[in-house]
Amino acid sequence: MNRFEYTRAETLGAAVGAEGAFLAGGTNLLDLMKIGVAAPDRLVDISHLPLDRIEESAGGLRIGAMVRNADIARDPQVLARYPALAEALLSGASAQLRNAATTGGNVMQATRCSYFQDPLSPCNRREPGSGCGALGGVTRTHAVLGWTEGCIAVHPSDMCVALAAYDAVVEITGPGGLREVAMEEFHPLPDAEGAGAPSLSPGEIITHIRLPDPGPLARHGRYVKLRERTSFAFAIVSAAAALAIEDGVITEARLALGGVAARPWRCRKAEEALKGALATAETFARASELATDGARPSGDNAAKIVLAQRIAARALERAAAGTPDRLPALPASVFAGDDNG
Amino acid sequence: MTPTLNLTINGVPQQIALDDPRATLLDLLRERIGLTGTKKGCDRGQCGACTVLIDGRRMNACLALALSYDGAEITTVEGLATGETLHPVQAAFIAHDGFQCGYCTPGQIMSAVGLIAEGEAGLDPERIREGMSGNLCRCAAYAGITEAVLEATREMTSATGERESA
Repeated sequence: MNRFEYTRAETLGAAVGAEGAFLAGGTNLLDLMKIGVAAPDRLVDISHLPLDRIEESAGGLRIGAMVRNADIARDPQVLARYPALAEALLSGASAQLRNAATTGGNVMQATRCSYFQDPLSPCNRREPGSGCGALGGVTRTHAVLGWTEGCIAVHPSDMCVALAAYDAVVEITGPGGLREVAMEEFHPLPDAEGAGAPSLSPGEIITHIRLPDPGPLARHGRYVKLRERTSFAFAIVSAAAALAIEDGVITEARLALGGVAARPWRCRKAEEALKGALATAETFARASELATDGARPSGDNAAKIVLAQRIAARALERAAAGTPDRLPALPASVFAGDDNG
Repeated sequence: MTPTLNLTINGVPQQIALDDPRATLLDLLRERIGLTGTKKGCDRGQCGACTVLIDGRRMNACLALALSYDGAEITTVEGLATGETLHPVQAAFIAHDGFQCGYCTPGQIMSAVGLIAEGEAGLDPERIREGMSGNLCRCAAYAGITEAVLEATREMTSATGERESA
């Protein structure tokens, strides 16, 4: 790890516009520094900023950027109204990491593409213009939607997939003032040359994530995640689903995929097809095919397209069955059974 | 300027002059304080061998920048026993053979203490296994570990119940 200067920001004003890398929970940044992928000259510690509360806001919730992932997942309001968010969080990382990792840090975490993580491999995301080591490489975890030859990496977050499904908004403060970006648009898709423009300008900081009132979506929300082991692994593919159902008819639908693109992937065509349809297995199968509209393999990963459809259908079926009173022992697991558990 | 760090480690307030900001809490505990019970496994937050309690919550000490935790209360495996009397989780790991080589054991024990304090797994073996998934055991003593956590949970919750009813 390189030597760096350390400063602690006690107020948001001291953090905004500061030069250097922001340190929050440290679970991603310190790891990247240890493997030589990040080498900031200066760390600005924002973990003590007073952004550590979950508040009611206009019928929804406003989550501070320094709230730890574990604390979102066990918040009674989140469990009652945004259950797919709690399930997504609990399906990610380990209990130790969730106790440290922050909301803002989860959004800002780097891709786990093994070529990005290896400083000896070419990577347009890490070193613009150097090429993409993943193209033609081992690609079973790579993108099948929204990719270019410049970059085929995926965003690894589970939390962001559920947030995108719930129409969450990212609140940002910078030297130029406040701005807001929809969660589903926050992470750039790659362009022909590489990863695309960064989400934040220098000195900008995420202060909150705002969730609108979920209304009747609250009662039918689930997250399903396929991974290479049942716990403590990133998604091969995942899906967040939330439905509003009246007399067996779907009146509103949300569906987002994870592990398939450089951002959480909202499936608008599938949502349109679901709205007004009967909440049946046939409806969910049809919608899940639309969910991967435009998908194409970026390497030896065509299986991910089929897997994403199956996981989307599973998430919709579980959501339709209703949010369980208590999340299953294995959150989001495909092995958790379909008896509402 | 050398920053000074204030930490309460296993109940003892300590002032530590830190001339290198790169120190993680793990390195500080082992190299500066001499508490080598906390183990360095992967050093990347993937194995859990370095698990300690920071302000009562289990975390990976390898991914905790020491300077960021100025003022915190740290509990390591050395801080669990009372004199010669083992903590219930330590005793249960011995009773149920919750280890072979022992390298991951301090992290397993600290993680189990954190898990029981969280109170969400209860006596459900599946929830215990899921809650302990951040601690790898290359000897695969997982069956004994689950049994140990179950017994310690029973022991600690019945002790609490007796205190509350007394």
